[in-house]
Amino acid sequence: MQRGVVVRIVIVMGLALAALIYLTPTFVGEVPSWWSDFLPAERIHLGLDLQGGSHLILEVKADKAVENTVERVKADLGNLLKEKGISYSELARKGIEIRLKVPAATGDKARGLLKSEFPGLVVVSSRAGGEGEEFVLAMDQRELRSIRDYALDQSLETIRNRIDQFGVSEPIIQRRGQQDILVQLPGIQDPERAKEIIGKTALLEFKLLDETHNVEEALRSGPPPGTEVLYGYAAGRNGAGTERVPYLLEARTLMTGEYITDARVRPGSGLEGPYVELILNSSGARLFERITGENVKRRLAIVLDNRVYSAPVIQERIGGGRASITGSFDMKEARDLAIVLRAGALPAPVEIVEERTVGPSLGRDSIRQGVISFIVGGSLVIVFMIAYYKGAGLVADLALVFNVLFLLAVLAGFQAVLTLPGIAGIVLTMGMAVDANVLVNERIREELRAGRSPRAAIEAGYERALPAILDSNITTFLSGVILFQFGTGPVKGFAVTLCVGIVTTVLTAVYLTRTYYDWRIVMRKLTRISV
Amino acid sequence: MEIIKPGTQIPFTRYRHIAIILSTVANLAVLLLLFTKGPNLGVDFAGGTMVHVKFQERVTIPEIRQALTSSGLADSVIQDFGQDTTHEFLIRLEKTSGELGIIGEQIRKSLAEKFGPDRFEVRRVESVGPKVGKDLRQRGTWSVIAATIMMGVYIWARFGYSFGARFGFHFGLGAVIALIHDVLITTGVLLLAGYEFDLTFVAALLTIVGFSVNDTVVVCDRIRENMRKIRRASLETIINTSINETLSRTILTTGTAILVLLALFTLGGGVIRPFAFALLVGFCSGVYSTIFIASPVILLWEKQK
Repeated sequence: MQRGVVVRIVIVMGLALAALIYLTPTFVGEVPSWWSDFLPAERIHLGLDLQGGSHLILEVKADKAVENTVERVKADLGNLLKEKGISYSELARKGIEIRLKVPAATGDKARGLLKSEFPGLVVVSSRAGGEGEEFVLAMDQRELRSIRDYALDQSLETIRNRIDQFGVSEPIIQRRGQQDILVQLPGIQDPERAKEIIGKTALLEFKLLDETHNVEEALRSGPPPGTEVLYGYAAGRNGAGTERVPYLLEARTLMTGEYITDARVRPGSGLEGPYVELILNSSGARLFERITGENVKRRLAIVLDNRVYSAPVIQERIGGGRASITGSFDMKEARDLAIVLRAGALPAPVEIVEERTVGPSLGRDSIRQGVISFIVGGSLVIVFMIAYYKGAGLVADLALVFNVLFLLAVLAGFQAVLTLPGIAGIVLTMGMAVDANVLVNERIREELRAGRSPRAAIEAGYERALPAILDSNITTFLSGVILFQFGTGPVKGFAVTLCVGIVTTVLTAVYLTRTYYDWRIVMRKLTRISV
Repeated sequence: MEIIKPGTQIPFTRYRHIAIILSTVANLAVLLLLFTKGPNLGVDFAGGTMVHVKFQERVTIPEIRQALTSSGLADSVIQDFGQDTTHEFLIRLEKTSGELGIIGEQIRKSLAEKFGPDRFEVRRVESVGPKVGKDLRQRGTWSVIAATIMMGVYIWARFGYSFGARFGFHFGLGAVIALIHDVLITTGVLLLAGYEFDLTFVAALLTIVGFSVNDTVVVCDRIRENMRKIRRASLETIINTSINETLSRTILTTGTAILVLLALFTLGGGVIRPFAFALLVGFCSGVYSTIFIASPVILLWEKQK
C-alpha cells in the first residue's frame, strides 16, 4: 500500500505542476521566448462577450448565383443559336429556368445543339404545337449543387479577403452548414463599418446609357425592351441632402469587376472629392479598350450593386487598363469602396441573419463581475465546508483549489474559449464539486457512528459513496453534452466549463482526497478523523 | 456541525397525496399560463433586435421613447436594466422585416440626435432573424426534452441492472416526472417574475435537469441499499428511511450550490442574473421534487401491483 500511495502522490503533484505550467502564459501575459520554445504557450481565450467584438451569421443567397449562371447560359445559348443559323421566336429566363421557342422545322436541330453543347442543361419539358416547339430548360441537379457550393466557397474567400484588408486581428471566418457563413471579429471598434464592408455584394458593372429613349417616359410607361432604369445619387440642389437621379441603361453588361487587379483611392482635385482608380488585368484592359473604342461619344455608366456612380461620356478609346469611379463620397467611403473592389465581388448577395455585438466596456465589466462572484462564491463554500466538517472540510477545500487549478489548466491547454456563462460554469462547479465530499463525509460520519475505526470508516465511506458520486456526475455531464450540441457561442462556453469541471471534480474531490487520507493511514498518523 | 440529527424520521411519504395534488395544480397552472399568456420570448427565440445602451447621466424611459419615435421606431420596447445608478436600458424591436443589420444603427443614430453622440454608449447589440429564431426555439425545446428522457433512461438502465427491469423503470419514471416538474416550475416562476426566455434560459433548464436528477439518484441508491439491509420493512418505510438518511446531504449539496448562485445573482451583473435566478429556482424545486414527487411516484406504482 505504501508504494501505491507514493505513486499517487507523485501523480497528483505531477498534474499540479503541469497545470501550473499550462496556466503560466495566461496569468503572466508575455512569456519569454525560451518558454515558448519548450513549454506550452497557449492562453485561455476570452469569448466575444468578454473581450468585446462582433459575431455575425451571414446567409448566402445562393439562388441568386444560380440565376446569374442561368442568365449567362441563356446568353451563350442565344449566341450559339444565331451562329448555327437556328432561328428562334423566344428565349427568356424565368426564375432558374430557360424558356426557348423555336419553329417546328428547327426543333430537332435545336435539340441536337442542346445535347452536344450544353450537357449541364436538362429539358424539363418540351411541347410541340402549331407555331413550333417550346422547351423548358433547367440546370441539372449536380450542376446546381456545384454552383451553390461554389457560391458559398467563393463568398467565404471574398469575405476573408475583405476582412484581412479591413484589419482585424484573429478573425474567425467559417462555413456553417449549407448556406451560412460564420464571422467573428474580436475587439472590433466600428461594427457598423465592418458589416457594411462584409455585406456589400460589390458587383461592378459597366453599362451603356440608352440615349435614344427618354428617361421620364420610361419611368411612366416602363422601360423599353432591353433596357432598365437604375438610380444614382447626386448632391441635391442648394447643397441640401442627396437626390435620386434615374438613368435609362441598356440592360446588357459590357464588363464586370472581375478583371480588377487593384483599386486605389486617389485624392480629388479642387472641389472634386476623392475617386477610386481601378487597375485592370491584361484581358480586362483589352476588353475595356475595345468597349471604349466602339462607343466613343456615348455615355458609359459605372454601376455598383445596381447603383449608378457616374456616367461619363467616352471621349476617346481608353488603353492602358485604367478606369476610375468618381462620385460624391468622402475619404472613408472611397477607402471602403476600394477594399471591396480589390477583394472582388460576392458571387451572390449575403444577408445578416444573426448578429451579436458586445462593446469592450461591457466585456470588461463582465470579467470584473465574474471574478468577484467567483471569489465571493468560492469563499462562501470554503468557509461553509470548514464550519460544517472541520478537518474534512479543509481537505475538501484543498481539493477545491486543485479543482479550479486543473479546470483552468484544461481550458488553457485545449485553448477553449472562456465566456461569461463559462465563468458562471466555473463558479457553479465550485458549488457542485463539494457534493462528492459531502457524500463521502456523510458516509464516514455514519460509519463512525456505527462504531468503526477511522480507517475502516474512511474505506467504507469512499467505497459506498462512489456509485452515487459517479452517477450524479455522469448525469450532469450528459446534460452538459446536450447543451454543447445545442448551444452557440457563450452558452457553449458554459457547457465546456461544466463538463470539464465534472472531470476535474471527480479527479480532485475523490482521487486527491482519498490519496491524502491513505497517506495519513500509511504514515500511521490517522488515529482520529475530524469530520 | 449537523443540520439533520442522525436517526431523524420525518414521514415524508405520508404527505405524498397532498404533495402530488399541489404539484399537479401548480404544473397545470404553468401550462395554462404558457398557452394563454405565452412565454416572454427574448430576441434569441422571437427574432428581432435588442440594443443595450448605457447613458452617462439620468435619462427616463419617456425621453428615450421620444427620441426613437421621431425616427419611426415607436414600437420599440424599452426596459430598465440593472441598477438605477448605472442608467442602463434595453431597447428592443421585434420588427424583423427588412435588413436586420441596420436596426441597431438606426437606434444609435436616433439616440445620438437627441442626447448627443458622447452622452451614451452602445454596450451590446443582438439581432436574430426570424428563421434563426425559430430554429433556436425548436432546438432548445428538443434539447430539454431529450435531456429529460435521457436522465430517465440512464436511471432505468442503471437501477434496472441491479434491481430488475421493472423496478428500474419505475425509478426512471419517477425521475422523469420529478424533472418535468422542475422544468415547469422554473418556467412558471420565471414567467411570473417577468424574465425573458433566451438561450441562457435553455442552458439553465438543462443544468437543472442534470443537477436535480442527482438527488434522485442518491436517494434511489440508498433505497437499493436499504432494501437489501432491511428486508422485512415495507417499501414505504424503506423509502422514508432512505430519504431521511440522505436528507442532510441533499440539503448541504443544494446549499453550497445556492451559495455560489447567490453570489452570481447579486454580483455577477445583469447579463448573468436571469441565468442565476433560473438555477436558484430550479435547484430548490429539485430538492422538493426528489422528496415529494420522485419517491411517491415509485411508491404509487409499486402499490398498484
